[in-house]
Formats: sequence, structure tokens, C-alpha cells
Amino acid sequence: MANPSKNNIAYVRTTMLTEQAPPITAAGPVLWIRTNLFSGPFNTIATLVGLYCVYWLVGHIGPWFLYSVWNANSLAECREILNGVNAACFGVIKDRWHQLLFGFYPPEAYWRPTLAFVLMIVAMAPILFESVPRKVLWFSAIFPALAFWLLWGGTIWFSVVGMLGFGIGYAVYRALVKNMLLATIAAVLVPILFWLFLLGPISGALSEALPIGIRKIDSDEFGGFMISIIIGVTGIALSLPIGVLLALGRKSDLLLVKWICVGFIEFIRGVPLITLLFTASLLLNYFLPPGTNFDIVLRVVIMVTLFAAAYMAEVIRGGLAALPQGQYEAADALGLDYWKAHRLIIMPQALKISIPGIVNTFIGLFKDTTLVVFIGILDPIGLSNAIRADSNWNGIYWELFGFIALCFFIFCFSMSRYSQYLENKLKTDHR
Amino acid sequence: MSEAIADRDIDRSQMQVSDEVAIQITGMNKWYGTFHVLKDINLTVNRGERIVIAGPSGSGKSTMIRCINRLEEHQQGQIIVDGTELSSDLKNIDKVRSEVGMVFQHFNLFPHLTIMENLTLAPIWVRKTPKKEAEEVAMHYLKKVKIPEQAHKYPGQLSGGQQQRVAIARSLCMKPRIMLFDEPTSALDPEMIKEVLDTMIELAEEGMTMLCVTHEMGFAQAVANRVIFMDQGQIVEQNEPYEFFNNPKSERTKLFLSQILGH
Ligand SMILES: Nc1ncnc2c1ncn2[C@@H]1O[C@H](COP(=O)(O)OP(=O)(O)OP(=O)(O)O)[C@@H](O)[C@H]1O
Ligand SMILES: [Mg+2]
Repeated sequence: MANPSKNNIAYVRTTMLTEQAPPITAAGPVLWIRTNLFSGPFNTIATLVGLYCVYWLVGHIGPWFLYSVWNANSLAECREILNGVNAACFGVIKDRWHQLLFGFYPPEAYWRPTLAFVLMIVAMAPILFESVPRKVLWFSAIFPALAFWLLWGGTIWFSVVGMLGFGIGYAVYRALVKNMLLATIAAVLVPILFWLFLLGPISGALSEALPIGIRKIDSDEFGGFMISIIIGVTGIALSLPIGVLLALGRKSDLLLVKWICVGFIEFIRGVPLITLLFTASLLLNYFLPPGTNFDIVLRVVIMVTLFAAAYMAEVIRGGLAALPQGQYEAADALGLDYWKAHRLIIMPQALKISIPGIVNTFIGLFKDTTLVVFIGILDPIGLSNAIRADSNWNGIYWELFGFIALCFFIFCFSMSRYSQYLENKLKTDHR
Repeated sequence: MSEAIADRDIDRSQMQVSDEVAIQITGMNKWYGTFHVLKDINLTVNRGERIVIAGPSGSGKSTMIRCINRLEEHQQGQIIVDGTELSSDLKNIDKVRSEVGMVFQHFNLFPHLTIMENLTLAPIWVRKTPKKEAEEVAMHYLKKVKIPEQAHKYPGQLSGGQQQRVAIARSLCMKPRIMLFDEPTSALDPEMIKEVLDTMIELAEEGMTMLCVTHEMGFAQAVANRVIFMDQGQIVEQNEPYEFFNNPKSERTKLFLSQILGH
């Protein structure tokens, strides 16, 4: 041991000090609590008030969940079991969950929407996440036709021949590609004519020759979250590309295109969605040739899509406006044409800027699907009314609406989280 | 201003002006609404020329060189670039744009793409070069502008001078026959200006046809073979650099030179 002696200032440490844990106030939970919860009189009061609120809420809602009854076939039975205790009666969900999910879809065919839902997740994976192999995109491309067949049933040829329409459109485009304008118009018109006039007869003939099909199920048996997801997901998937085209059209130099887009956007934004839905359910029949059976779900999907597309167009226009003019100039100066410049330079950036607004519109669209209850489609809200009209469950509110709210929350919250993930992933500006 | 390049010997062996005409502008006029920005511009640029365009702010320098690749449209007169006349014919515009490179004051790199993607985008999508080959060419030019190690970064991670050199490399990847520069150094700090000017001088030494709008009079004296002075939308005076700086003819030029050199 080398004790520094009085008249010798040289000093050599011979034993090294071991590392010690920090004092309890310098790290760990105590520090965290001090700096975050009790860092001043105001914070301390806020923390105490907050704690009391939590205590109060748990004290009141906790027992409601804790003593809830899951096994009961009617509200009366449930009340009997509870015997005066104020608690939830989740028996209604156990009893009716299949209706809330599938509406009046035939129970022996529940596997069809379930399979379609699982396949939808597979189809969405490569679009949402870059790490999924690109080959899966082929499946995403045929998924809409497959889902249509699974949900509505009937002959498979209708879906197959329907998909063929896209192939025909592409072939026509390739054949006429020398003249871009003609090729584009033909690539849109020819498939539409094909669907209108040839799809029915051809698929009819094929199904007679080779009847492959599953039981046909009509739209009026659809309902519950199934219908919300059908309308919501289709609307979301279609409104984004249509919104992009409308936003570009609104900025176009071609006056006709510009005025059509402006007129469309302003008209759709100017009317409430519910009037569009009534138009879809009632008025459209007057305009269509008599005898045409235009599926109500399809009509609603079209209206919801157009409605969301108009909002989407404005959100994307905001993103376009936020891009510096220099980006357009640099793309032009490199010799990129209009479509290449937009696809490679302008849209990726404008869409990235607009992600919060786009997801906002998506979430709004998904929640607005509950409005279809007013035109007689049994979405979850519609079904909750039907369930409460049943004498067994007459008078139940909280449990049903809570469950519906929870399901909507899961969908909307996932969209919100995904958008944050995407924003982070695309962050390349390092500002 | 001239000290930025004073310490550099310029290799003039390849700086030859040929008789071939690269750009021919005759009787060009342009208006913004009722405002007459460019008035009766006549200019012939031969292949291999290095032209510096100077003039007070708002005199129409940017507008003039932006007309050469049709970022701006002229309303009267004729512009012929590499034998192709600029009109509303989109094919001609695309042809000219793929032959003419342009460097902007604010770089205008694509912030959502890496440096490598910035450089290979146009060769792949416009020239249909295979990706591998485009990347090799891009790497060659990145080495030339002395930042090959930044290839996989994003523009936002680079300094201003580096970004501008990337922008020059991006134009060069299209193998242009003419390069336009619109105040390429005005948004940069002094030490970065030198990096960018060095790159531009190297380009000049290789015989590139260049039109530069710049206030770097040192650069003009060192590499330009002609200086053009513009004011109020007109070409007021043009001359070879020595005469231009030491013996200006017009009063406007004298005033301008005294303002920019006399500090
Ligand atoms: N888009 C436009 N619309 C209307 N006027 C414009 C437009 N762009 C430029 N001008 C006007 O045209 C004139 C020439 O502009 P230009 O940008 O060519 O000048 P410049 O010589 O490049 O100036 P600077 O040195 O400041 O860049 C200016 O008076 C400017 O206000
Ligand atoms: Mg300018």
C-alpha cells in the first residue's frame, strides 16, 4: 500500500476501484419517475390527478369486465346469472359473433370469406412490405378475381374470362403502341366493350361446356364486417390510383382534361356521401336499362371509391404542390418524358409527403362504410340493430357497440401504425 | 474571386473550337405575359466553345439558357441545337434534352434516390442502357468528380459542393454534347466553390461545349473563349475574355465590371 506521505507528492495507485452501481437517484426507475412525473409542482399535481382518474376508471369499469358473463343465450338469462351485479353480458358476442362477421351468409360457406380474407393478407403482403418476394405480386394481381369468385360463387369462368379482359387490354396496347394516344384509348375501351358484350356469353358457354363452380350467393346475404372489409378494401385499393390520376388531371395543360377533373372533384366533395349512397341504391336503377341486375354491393363500392378518390386527389395535389419546381426541371432536363418523370421522380416524392393525408382518407373511408346501413345493407351497425330487435337481446348496447368499436379500432389503428412505419422507412432527406 | 483557380495550370491541348455549329439562335424573342424578357437574341455557339454569360440580376441570363433545352418556351425566332430545331414537337424536345446536360443553382438532385440511382436513372429509362453498364458509367463519373465513396448515400447526406458535383456527374452520365450551367456555384460556400470550379475546368479541358451563367470572373478569364454580357434581356456585348475585362466597349459593361470586380 502506497499511502501518499506528507512530503512526497508522487502518488501511484496500486489497487483499481471496481465499478459501482449508480446511486438510486442517478439512473433507473427512480430517476425516470422523478424527471417525468414529479419534476415540478405542476407536474406533480398533474401526475396525482392522472393517477386518481386511472384509479376511478379502473374501479368502475374493472368489475364490469371482471364479472362479465360469457355463457348466456339471452339478456334475461344473463341478468339472472349476474343477480343484480352491474357487469357486462358478453354472451351476446359469443352467441352472435358469426352474424357480426358474416351477416346472413350461409354458415356452411363461412370458409369462403375466411379463405378470401387470408388470401387477401397474402396478396397485400408484397405491396405493403418490400421484403416479401416480388413474385407474390402475380398472386396480388389475380386476387381480386379470385376473391370475387369465392365470395359470390357461381361459375369460375366468369372470373377467369373477366381477368382475360385485362390481358386483351394489354395486347391491344402493345399492338398499337406506336401511337400512344390511340393505344391508351383502345386499351381502355376494348376491355370495357369486351366485359359489356362478350363476358356474359363466353363465360356462359364455357360453364356449360365445363361446369366448374361453387354455390352462388347473392349480395343480400352479405353483411357484418365482411361487407365493411369488402367495401373498405376495394375502395382503398381503387381510390388511390384514381386519386393520383385526378390530381394529375387537375394540373394538366389540356383544358378539357383539367375541367373534367376539377368538375368531378368539386362535385363529389360538394355532396354528402349518404346522398351518393342513396343515388347508388335508388336512382341508378332508373338510368340503367331495365332488367340489368347491377349488384348493390358493387354500386356502393363504386360510389365509396369515387367519393374517396375526390378527397385523395386533393391530398395528393397538396403533395405535388409541396415539391420544388426544380424537381420537375431536373427530370425534364434529363430527357424523361411526362409519364416517366411522374412515375420515377414526382409521384414517389409527392405520395411520400402525402402519406398522413392519404391514410387519413383511408381511415375515414373505412369508417364511412358504416353509412351503408341507411340503404339497407347489414353492416356491423345494421346487424347490431337486428340483434337488438331480437327479443333475446332486446336492450343490450354497450357490449355490442364496444365490440364493433374494438374491431374498427384494430383496423384503423393498424393502418395508422403502418403509415408511420412507411414514413420512417422512406425518410431519406436527413434533415 | 479569381483566387479560387489561380493556383491551377490549365491544359489547353484539347480545348479546340471547331467550325461545326452546336447551337444556333436567331432572332429569338420571349415574353412572360406582356413582359418582354428576351429581345432579339442572336447567338451562334460552335462545338468546343466555352462561353460565360454574365450580367446583372434579372437580365434574362437564366431564361436564355433555359430556352436552349426548352425548360422555357420562346415565342419568336429560331433555336437549333445539334441540328434539331426546337418547336412544340415533343420528339425534338426529348432529343435535344437528352443531348444537352444542365446543372442548376440548387442542384435539384432527387432526394428520394441514392446518388447511384440519381446517376443511373436517366441512362436506364431514357437511353435504355442495361443497369450494370449504367452503374459502371456512373461510377466512372463519380470518380471523375472525386466522390466515388458516396455512391450509396442519399443527397441529403452530402455537402453542397459534393451535391453539385453529383449533379454534374448526373448530367455527364447521359453523355451530353453540350453542357449548360446556371450559376452552379452561387449557392455554395467559398471552399466548395473551388471543388465545383475544378470539376468544370476539367470538363473544359476535355473539350466539352459549355455555356455557363456565372459570376466567377476568375473562371471566365481562365477557361472561357468568349464572354457574353446581357442586360435588360439583350446581349449587350460579347468578346474574348481578355478584351472583355480589360477593354470593355459599352458603358453598361464598364459599370457592371466596376461593380463586380471593384471591391
Ligand atoms: N416565370 C416567370 N414569370 C414572369 N417573369 C419571370 C419569370 N421568370 C423570370 N421572370 C422575370 O424575367 C426576368 C429575367 O429573369 P432571369 O431569371 O432570366 O434573370 P437572371 O439574369 O437569371 O437573373 P439572376 O442573376 O438573378 O438569376 C426577370 O425580370 C424576372 O423577374
Ligand atoms: Mg438566374
